[in-house]
Amino acid sequence: MRDFSYLRADTADAARQAGALPGAMLLAGGTTLIDLAKCGVAEPETVVDISHLKGLDGISVDGAGATIGALAKMSHVADHADIKSRFPAVSEALWQAASAQLRNMATIGGNLMQRTRCPYFRDPANFPACNKRSPGSGCSAIGGVTRGHAVLGTSEACIATYPGDLTVALVAFDATVHLGERQLAVDDFFLLPGATPEREHAIEPGEMITAISIPASAAARRSTYLKVRDRQSYEFAAASAAVGIEFEADGRTIRDLRVALGGVATKPWRARAVEEALKGKLLEPDAVRRASLLAVEGAVDHGANHYKIELAPRVVARAILKIGETA
Amino acid sequence: MTSRTSIHLTINGHDHELEVEPRVTLLDALRDHLGLTGTKKGCDQGQCGACTVHVDGQRVLACLTLAAQAQGRSITTIEGLAEQDGTLHAVQAAFLEQDAFQCGYCTPGQIMSAVACIREGHAGSDDEIREYMAGNLCRCGAYPHIVAAVRQAAMEAAS
Repeated sequence: MRDFSYLRADTADAARQAGALPGAMLLAGGTTLIDLAKCGVAEPETVVDISHLKGLDGISVDGAGATIGALAKMSHVADHADIKSRFPAVSEALWQAASAQLRNMATIGGNLMQRTRCPYFRDPANFPACNKRSPGSGCSAIGGVTRGHAVLGTSEACIATYPGDLTVALVAFDATVHLGERQLAVDDFFLLPGATPEREHAIEPGEMITAISIPASAAARRSTYLKVRDRQSYEFAAASAAVGIEFEADGRTIRDLRVALGGVATKPWRARAVEEALKGKLLEPDAVRRASLLAVEGAVDHGANHYKIELAPRVVARAILKIGETA
Repeated sequence: MTSRTSIHLTINGHDHELEVEPRVTLLDALRDHLGLTGTKKGCDQGQCGACTVHVDGQRVLACLTLAAQAQGRSITTIEGLAEQDGTLHAVQAAFLEQDAFQCGYCTPGQIMSAVACIREGHAGSDDEIREYMAGNLCRCGAYPHIVAAVRQAAMEAAS
């Protein structure tokens, strides 16, 4: 790890100012930044420690929704009673992510900024070509071992999978990212790789995530996060789905449905085609399975990751049926 | 740019002053600067849990925590778990009783994690213990005995 200078920010304004300087990076939980600094991917000249800032770790839930401070820890949000009861998919996505230790360190703001687990991205010594790390250098993953790579939202420049869980639930329930005064839909906060995979988030130098907010909804209250992976715990998703459902008064006709995918795309992936296909319909297993195929419309595989195109719709269907059939 | 910075750490109730480069992790500060080698370096990249310590009572990974970042927090390591007179912590005793290790390298991290797991209320069943202890790898595969030790200590704590 290259040496850097360390600066502890006392106020959010000081953090934003210091963070805007060339070579400066914000440090919250450290689970991404220190990890990537050890890999040689992140080479900050100055680390601006925001983990001691006061007043940015609150969690408040009322009838309008939830507001979660950027420095709230993943573990605290996962265990929060009102998050569990009103946004179960958010709590489940959090406790199924990483390990207990990492969840005690990682913050909600930092979680939004986590980087891909693409092994080529993480290994600059052996794979100099990576458009995400060094724009224009090429992509070592294309033509390489692609079992974990994305099938949705890819480009000729990058096929790296977005690895997170929380934001899949956030995208499903129309959460907002607060960058101080500026607010962005979480779906717009994450950028497709296109020709500029080095740019992953719609955040500018000098900006800092201060909070996220999630509007209350009946679908969020009746929701779940289903994560399928190579081992049962402490693993990234092979494919995952955040699903929420609201029925009409008859208890069988779907009034509102939310579906988002993780582990298969280059950003948290809202599957609106599945939602539209099932709204107004009865919850019926064959119809759900047929509609779930729409989740991977336009998917492109790179050989070894072909299985994700088959897996993702099954995960979506199972999640919809699980949450729909639970009384 | 080999700058050094003076930091003050509170570890197991004792105060320490040390001069380190800002990039030095809490793990390296403990082991190489303070001689507290009970906290183990396994993967050094946040994947194995061998370096688990408590910061302000919460289990975290010392390998991904900067020493400078831990200034002002209260740190507990495996050396700080037993009583002053040497009486073992209930989780340490349970690990001995259940033979919950082979080579022992992951054990300090397992124990620090287990103490927190029980305190968090995440040791209610074997399945829950497995899920919430998943961040501590044991390459000897002593998992069944580790689960038994955590279960025993959790039951003792509840009674």
